[in-house]
Formats: sequence, structure tokens, C-alpha cells
Amino acid sequence: MKDLLRFTTAGSVDDGKSTLIGRLLHDTRGVYEDQLESVRKASRDGNAEGLDLALITDGLRAEREQAITIDVAYRYFQTPRRKFIIADTPGHEQYTRNMATGASTASLAVILLDARHGVLPQSRRHAYIAALLGIRKLAVAVNKMDLVDFRREVFESIRKEFGAVLAKLDVEEPFFVPVSARDGDNVATRGARTPWYDGPSLLEYLETVDVAPAADAGPLRFPVQLAIRPNQDFRGYAGQAVSGRLRVGDRVLALPSGLETRVASLTGQEACPTVCLAEQIDIGRGDMLADPAAPPAVAREFAATLIWMAAEPLRPDTAYLLKHTTRQVCAYVRSVRHVVDIGTLEPGPAAELRLNDIAEVEIETHQPICFDPYRRNRATGSFILIDMISNRTVAAGMILDQVNTHRSRERQRAAGAVASEPTLSQPHRGLTVWFTGLSASGKTTLCRAVYERLAARGCRLELLDGDTVRKHLSKGLGFSREDRDENIRRIGFVAGLLTRNGVIALAAAISPYRAARDEVRASIGDFVEVYVNAPLEVCEARDPKGLYRKARAGQLPAFTGIDDPYEPPPRPEVECRTDKESLEECIAKVLAAIDRALER
Amino acid sequence: MPSENSHLEALEAESIYILREVAAEFARPVLLYSIGKDSSVLLRLAQKAFSPARPRFPLLHVDTTFKFREMIEFRDRAAREAGLELIVHTHPAAAEGANPFRLGTEKCCRLLKTRALLDAIARHGIDAAIGGARREEEKSRAKERVYSFRDAHGQWDPKNQRPELWNLYNGRIDKGESIRAFPLSNWTEMDVWEYIALERIPVVPLYFAKPRRMLLRAEMLIALDYDVPPEPGDRIETVLCRMRSLGCAYCTGAIRSTADTLPKIIEELRGFRRSERENRVIDHDREGSMELKKREGYF
Repeated sequence: MKDLLRFTTAGSVDDGKSTLIGRLLHDTRGVYEDQLESVRKASRDGNAEGLDLALITDGLRAEREQAITIDVAYRYFQTPRRKFIIADTPGHEQYTRNMATGASTASLAVILLDARHGVLPQSRRHAYIAALLGIRKLAVAVNKMDLVDFRREVFESIRKEFGAVLAKLDVEEPFFVPVSARDGDNVATRGARTPWYDGPSLLEYLETVDVAPAADAGPLRFPVQLAIRPNQDFRGYAGQAVSGRLRVGDRVLALPSGLETRVASLTGQEACPTVCLAEQIDIGRGDMLADPAAPPAVAREFAATLIWMAAEPLRPDTAYLLKHTTRQVCAYVRSVRHVVDIGTLEPGPAAELRLNDIAEVEIETHQPICFDPYRRNRATGSFILIDMISNRTVAAGMILDQVNTHRSRERQRAAGAVASEPTLSQPHRGLTVWFTGLSASGKTTLCRAVYERLAARGCRLELLDGDTVRKHLSKGLGFSREDRDENIRRIGFVAGLLTRNGVIALAAAISPYRAARDEVRASIGDFVEVYVNAPLEVCEARDPKGLYRKARAGQLPAFTGIDDPYEPPPRPEVECRTDKESLEECIAKVLAAIDRALER
Repeated sequence: MPSENSHLEALEAESIYILREVAAEFARPVLLYSIGKDSSVLLRLAQKAFSPARPRFPLLHVDTTFKFREMIEFRDRAAREAGLELIVHTHPAAAEGANPFRLGTEKCCRLLKTRALLDAIARHGIDAAIGGARREEEKSRAKERVYSFRDAHGQWDPKNQRPELWNLYNGRIDKGESIRAFPLSNWTEMDVWEYIALERIPVVPLYFAKPRRMLLRAEMLIALDYDVPPEPGDRIETVLCRMRSLGCAYCTGAIRSTADTLPKIIEELRGFRRSERENRVIDHDREGSMELKKREGYF
């Protein structure tokens, strides 16, 4: 039996990492003679003495010219026992990004230390990143032992110091081996120059270390890649069980819809089958089949560790595409809790996220995703962020856990216990919910809270906030009666389009004039008016943006409530007295009105 | 379930996953079918990935008109049997007499392969081209992504690639740009042959040793499918030989071999001390040849 081991390598510049890999390939005959000849030729051309094994691995022209490794490279070799895939990552600048990339698919990391220099700050970071990416097995190769006369105390002292560092990380007992990559001692075979070392060579360790997790460990998670429909009689879902196992007859939960059914049949390869379900439920790419007894979280808000990989910093007000399993959704990084201080590896203050920064953040997505913490499941706990303009991958993320308060509800709903609310699988009709009221009456607060609740149900939603609209759609419009009417017409037009397309459009705008509001209501039809009512004195006392103060000082002419009228709606569907009622009470009233409108 | 070939099962599952991702994420993907052993494996994996439906993409062959005649017969039969549309694209310069003898191998390759591929991608509005390239084949390919981004001119920028983590491939492109997808990235030559033997996948008979009439020039064994301008010292002999990799007839040398069955090929491979692309003239035009060609858009 031959299996597959993927490992990554990390070392600081000049630790001899390329040489070590070259040595492994050379000694396992993973490199051909004609390739060696070209290395010999290059060794003579350059400054290197003798056969420079590092040249086997440095493939790109720029790398050979500069004698550095600039990108993740993949190497292959095999022994009768195992096939090996090495993700070789450079140790210099950009190492966080590259090392994280290499570690993401590896189940073991080989960390190189230079016997002359011992444990460097970079060594600690390499171990930290490997552990962060979920690697539990570490092999530490103390290299260049030939340059310290193979002295045992050098090796032991490094083992003790680095062992203490690794003990603080979430990794298993590490393996330490003294090597000389240049000469080959203890790399593929044991060397005579370390008689005091009685452990296996690095290769012997790699060949025998147990890294394969039980194939079906953990509860079932089967992200659907695509539906297979060769004809009317066959409807299957192709994908891979990233954990657990699919068996014919088992009950499975389809997420995020929350519908439960049975596996009717399985065709194709065991590792990547096509599944047919007992009932025709409407699922497709991005959905997940899961164990009903142990479902993943289904949520839109979660905390994650983020590795920023782009030259341009994180923009907190920008939507990114979040790719998670086979699902792609829009997402915002809502807040940065802290940025890891790469020197101390301790949480530092929150700051702007830049290239190679590692941070704990809170993320909010437009649609729910089905996930487990990365610690428990690498496949359902990982995601990438993509910039929608440049299309580049800007970050890699590892989910820590949910952060919202709807957790129990989501889980219940996922398990089918709460079925009354509309979900993604049951499309609802379109509706415009119009929040009107004085500045600082609480429109935006209430509107956003309602948005959250509807989003948690999986509704199709859009939010049109007056302040935001004035920066884009209505940019350039002033506050004259004409301009105010035009602003409302524009918001109403967009809300109407959304409503027609089955979206619940939540619009929050002062919209002081009755006629303009009624015009919008008439043109849309499906319309719920929410009068967010607080007395002028209360709004003026709140004054969060200092606008009333400015208006009183005469700096903001035609300010609603001061020197321009607000015309209250005579018969709004909902009236919320934000000075008397709690936010929860207001939310409940609005949601009830929305539910009534949707049932109409 | 532990098995004899769990490494092949892992590779197979990964490749099928990638093929399905490409089918799901792109509007107009094609499978670059170059008729060799890697293409044969790729086609089989594509059939498995969408079974019981047919693969969701046509085959595209960039025909330089200098391929071995047995390859063309094999190609047409493979496409017919798989029930897949076959797009064959040839650069017009081939009809006007472009050939490696007149242009030199480097220019010939740039025109009839690289340019022709880019033209075909543009003409058919292809947004993803699935290829059988493996990272192990050549050192610049070792740094290739599974989803390799190509700009509107089909060019590869090795220093500015998208980070690729886990199996979350970024397929976002703008109009005119494309992705080259490589489902066999992690396979080695040995894996490919072991899989062909395990799955009994048909391959072009040129891979099997038999006595063939060949042109002997220095160390090279050149096929006689096309007229090769003679050089002093050329001899024509019947040689027991086979092809280790398949490209254009003139630019792909044969190797002396007695391996006429799959087990013998695998056995021979175990003893090989030379790389599989050694006999590909085009890889050795100059140092870093493959990287330069890939930058220009070569597959």
C-alpha cells in the first residue's frame, strides 16, 4: 500500500532549505540526470562551489539570477512506501503569505534551523503560521551540523529552546533531527558523524509518520459542486465529503434550506460521488448536505483569523467576494479585533490590515454560509476573500466561531425545528419598507436592525439608506424642495425595481413631504410605511451628527423640523415611538407588518 | 478503505474536484486535448467527473500539422467514442508552409502552438482552458497554480500570481482574460502510467516499443512522418524504440526501448535516470525556455 503525504518546508534565508529539498530529491532519485547536468552547469556558471543542490529547486529565471526563491514551488518524490508532495516556500519577504499558502494543503511541516544561529524570531513565526493553518505535526531539522563539528550539545540546546517555543502552540510533540543537507547526514540515511543521535533520518520519519486522519472522521459535510442531469430521470449532486461519510439510506440535512431527506443512491468514485436524494428538493452548487444530528453553523456573522495577502490594505467599507467551500457570497470585514504582533506573536492593537498581517476580525456576509470552526474542520472552516475590482485573492481566512446572537435559532431552523419563517428555499415576494421621520429619530438604527432579522431568515434584501444614497445615487442634489423630491423619487425608483424582482427593499430617508411619499407608494404598490416618530426636542437632544446645532446656528438652511416642515404620514402601516418604545418593541412591530404584507 | 493505490485515489479525487469546479464556474471551458498520455488520463477523469452525464466541455486540439499521423487517428477516435465535440484549430501559417526547418523550432513553436492556441481561445470565446500539464514536468511549471490566470493577451506572469490556498480556486476574470486549469498538477509521470495501467486507459500506440524506421541524427531518433531536410551523417535504420512523450514528430525524439506493454513501461520508468521532456527539442532552445514560452501564453 502506498499513500500520499503532503508537507511544507520553512526556513529563514540561508538556512539551507533549497539544499535540503535538493538533497531529498537527489537521494530518493527524484531528480533526473539531465536535470542534474543543468544544475552542474549552472553551479559552474555561478559562484557556488561544487554541486549546488539548491538550483534543483529554484526554477524561475529571476530566482536563478538572484539566487532566491520567490514563490511557492511544488516538488515530488516517492519511495516504495509513500508519494510525497513538498510545498516549498521561501523564507524571506512575503513569507507569511507564501508559507500560509504552502501550509494550507499540508499535513506536516519541516522547519529548518541553522545550527550556528539557533532559534531565530523567524523560526518562531514559521512554527506559529504552520500551527495557525492547522498543521499538528512538525519536524525540526537542525541543519549545517557539519559547520558546528556535529556537536551534540549544540543540537540539544536548540532542541530544548525550540521545544519550549513549540510547547505553547497547538501542535503535537515535535520531531527533532540533526542534519547536514549539503553532505546528506541524517537526511535520507543516517550519518556516521552523529553517533550520539539514535533517532530516524528525516526521510525515515517522513515515510513512517502517521498523518492520515481517518477518512470518515467527523460528522458528514458534503458541499455540492454541481447538479448532474443527463436526462429527466436522473438528478444527482456531485461533490466530495470533506468529512464524514455518505451511505445509501442515511438521513441528510440540506443546508441552508434546512430540508431533510435520505440518500437514495450513490454513483461514481467513493471519494467524489454523485448523490441522488429520495425527495426532489431544490439544491444546487454552494449548498451542503450535512449530518442532521450534528449540523454545521448556518450564519452570516462570524469571527475569523485573517491573513492579508494583498499590497493594498483592507478597506472596511468595501464588499469583498468570500469563497467558502463551493459557495461564493458578498462579505464585509465588519471589525478588526486585533492584529497579531508578528514580533511577540501576541495580540496587538487593532490597526489597518496590510500585506502579511495576521488579524482576528469579524465578518458579515450577505447570505448565510454553512461552516465549522477551522480548528475542527479545515475544509468547512476556511475561506478566501477576493477583491471585486482587481479580481485578486486578497486574504485567506480561518473561521473561529459565530458572533451573532441568533445562533440557537439558526441551529434549530437548520435542524427543521423552526419552519414557519421564510427561508432561501421558499422565495418570498418583493416589498418596499419605507422608514420616514426626522433626522435622529432612529430610522437608520431601526432599519438596520430589521435588516439583520430578515437576513437571519435568509430573505433577499437590500438596504437604501438616505445618507448613503446622497453620496452616490443622489450626489449633487441639495435640500431644496425640488431636490428633496427628486431624491425621494430616485430612492423610490430603485426600491420599485427591487420589489418587482422579489427583494425586500428597506429604505430609510427623512422624506419630509407627504406627496412625495404617496407618489412612491402608488408607483410600487407593495409598500409598508414605517413612521419613526420621536418629538423634535428628543431628536434635537440626541443630535448624533451635530446637525441640529448647526441648523440652529444658521449653518444648515432648510433643515427639516427647524426651518423646513416635516409632514407626518396620516395612516402609516407602523408607527414607532422611539422615545417611548424599546428598539426590540419597534423591531417586532415592523416585522409583524412585513409578515402581514408578505402574506397578502 | 485502505487500498494498494491510495495515492492514486487521492490524486483522482482531487482532479475530479478541479474538473467539476471549472465546469461549474466558467461559461465556456474547453479541454485542451493534445492526444498524449496526460490528455488520455484527463479525458478519462472528465468522463468520471460528470458521469452519468457527458463532460460539459468540448475538446480543443491545436494542430500544428506536424503531429504523428497515429496521433491524429487516435484523436478522432477518442473524441467520437467519448461523444464529445472536437474543435481542431490550426494557424493559417501552417498552410503557407511554416515549418520548423525554415523557421527554427523556437519560432515555429511560437507561431503554430502558442499563437494558434491564443487565437483559438479568442475565436471561441473560451474563458477556461483545461490542460494536462504537471508541475513535476519542468521547473517553471513547479510554480504554476491549479487555476493559472492569463491576461487579455494570454500571458502568464509568474511573479504576480494569485495566492492559492486549500482547494479554494479563484476563477474571477474580466472579459477577454482566461484561466488555464491544471487538474493533473500534482501527478508525476509514474502516477500517470500507474493510473493508465490500473484503469486500462487507451493510449497512442507510439508509446509502446516496436521496430520503427527512424532517422538517426547524432543521439536523436527522429520519426519519418514528415520530410526532414537531410544533414551530413544522417542514417535511416529500423530501430526498436518508443516515444516517452508526444509532441510534433520532428521535435520529439524516440528512445531505444523494449517496453511493449504497460507493466514494462512502468518497470522501465523506475530505472530511468533522464527526464521525460529531455527529448523535447523545444524545451532546450535556451535556458529557461519553458518559462519564456509560458509567459507568452504557451500551454
